[in-house]
Amino acid sequence: MSASPTFASLVPEFDALRRRFPPGFESSLVLPCLRRLQEAWGHVEDSDIAALAEYLAVPRVQIEEALSFYGQLRREPVGRWHVEVCRNVSCSLRGAETLLERLSSKLGLAPGDTSADGRFTLSTCECLGSCGTAPVVLVNGVYHENASAPEIERMIEGLERA
Amino acid sequence: MTKLIMTFPVTETSHTLASYRSRGGYATLERVVREMRPEDVTREVTAAGVQGRGGAAFPAGRKWSVIKLNDGQPHYLCANADEGEPGTFKDRWILENAPHLLLESMLIAAYALQVRHAFVYMRGEFDLPYRRLASAIDEATAAGLMGERILGSAFDCDVLIYRGAGSYVCGEASALLTSIEGKRGYPRNRPPRLTVRGLYQRPTVVNNVETLSNITGIVRDGAAAFRAVGTADSPGTRLVSVSGHVNRPGVHEIDLGYAFERLLDDCGGVLDGRALKAVIPGGISSKVLTGDEIMPLALDHESLAAAGSSLGSGGMIVIAEGTCMVRLLQVMLRFYHHESCGQCTPCREGMGWLHRIIDRIVAGEGRPEDIDRLYRISAANDGTTICGLGDAAGYATSGILNKFRPEFEYWIEHKRSRFDGNLVCRASS
Repeated sequence: MSASPTFASLVPEFDALRRRFPPGFESSLVLPCLRRLQEAWGHVEDSDIAALAEYLAVPRVQIEEALSFYGQLRREPVGRWHVEVCRNVSCSLRGAETLLERLSSKLGLAPGDTSADGRFTLSTCECLGSCGTAPVVLVNGVYHENASAPEIERMIEGLERA
Repeated sequence: MTKLIMTFPVTETSHTLASYRSRGGYATLERVVREMRPEDVTREVTAAGVQGRGGAAFPAGRKWSVIKLNDGQPHYLCANADEGEPGTFKDRWILENAPHLLLESMLIAAYALQVRHAFVYMRGEFDLPYRRLASAIDEATAAGLMGERILGSAFDCDVLIYRGAGSYVCGEASALLTSIEGKRGYPRNRPPRLTVRGLYQRPTVVNNVETLSNITGIVRDGAAAFRAVGTADSPGTRLVSVSGHVNRPGVHEIDLGYAFERLLDDCGGVLDGRALKAVIPGGISSKVLTGDEIMPLALDHESLAAAGSSLGSGGMIVIAEGTCMVRLLQVMLRFYHHESCGQCTPCREGMGWLHRIIDRIVAGEGRPEDIDRLYRISAANDGTTICGLGDAAGYATSGILNKFRPEFEYWIEHKRSRFDGNLVCRASS
């Protein structure tokens, strides 16, 4: 399998990253490169795992292990809009459970599911360090703090039209 | 109250280099690289007695003193910005509002420890903190405060941000280093200590963001000035992040030894004027205290230890009367199970067992012996695993059971919560 066009287009950035790290830190570049690939493509393609292993001269299994260990990394696509609701202690004390129920019914999705048209994925996530501005909802990685159900529902309606 | 970190009003531009310099920023670094020897810096930090602000309260100077200068090998410094202990959001305040204070402090630390490359390991979800710190690094580099020949001296140092990718256990210092090596964030057995064999087997100091951010002030004003704040055994200030059922959640800088009751007042008291049921004082891995227990306490390491808990990460979660502690523990155990890295059997299996038992109780299928089972599994983790994650889950579990056992017995017997499974303050939700 050959690398995706995404991978090829990112190689100059990877080269620049490599120059910023101390010599001998090639293995360290696994996470930043995976993050960048996912940012560009939405998930990490199987073909790019091999390409990255070859590029960094690290074992392919190290990349596979990283992908299966880190919660933010994924090998499958998510919806165009990824809505994540924190369900940890401080958010739960501030109404995250009701918020999740309402978003679930608004989107017609159970947590973990993606809509058939590929537009929305609803997930739960763990503490985001937003406990003082709880509850928090991430939409494509952007924090929406002090989230109220009506406000997030309105935002989703906006995204549905987008 | 003394302010060592939250010393300025936050504005649109207060995080920038120009603003930081107008407050005297980088003058201490300049003095250090011109006039001080590395060992002088470490001596001052040791004399200040600053304890780690990430949770374990280990004296920073003692950690630094292990690093052997001029030993012919690279040393590394890592700021732990993986802030993931539920209830904790104080380092985020520093990263967003005072990124140059962290950078100046890291450069001073790097000078003391003979570090050429320092890292900030930042949790992957942080967005604004990342952008603020990255832009601060660009500003400092352009101004000759970072990189080669800093301020015209012979000292070279670069600070790099390393972003995590969603793993709680990577906040544990050794797991953090394994993660920077681009691998699964597995904690490592000690010894060897990280200060002997850390990142890529080289001597490495890992300090919390807040701990490091105190370094500039300590070196500028001297250890005695730092020790004049706080208590004899817990010098300085702490950033505490208060969340949960309070009227005004947020980050507060307090002198160590500050009265809890005053802090609660500062936060506008409990939501809806309710009675205080409980407080988790230092992130969910610290043991819960009842309202009556914490009300008379001073917030310092000794007082909280005497009460059977700890100041931990400074993540204080306030819980109002009427909250269901069984459901609260369920939320916590789901989290620990999710975050167990799976290396050690007592944690890998134990977290699953704890989680399934509490789910069973909440489903109305609990058995009378389940409470003892929760205790037994919690105890089985204590000291039998590489890192403290399983221990912490055990402390959280036994802590809540010790104080609120009747709620668990009630649910098992009546197959329902004594408090309607309630986690929110109803009137305000």
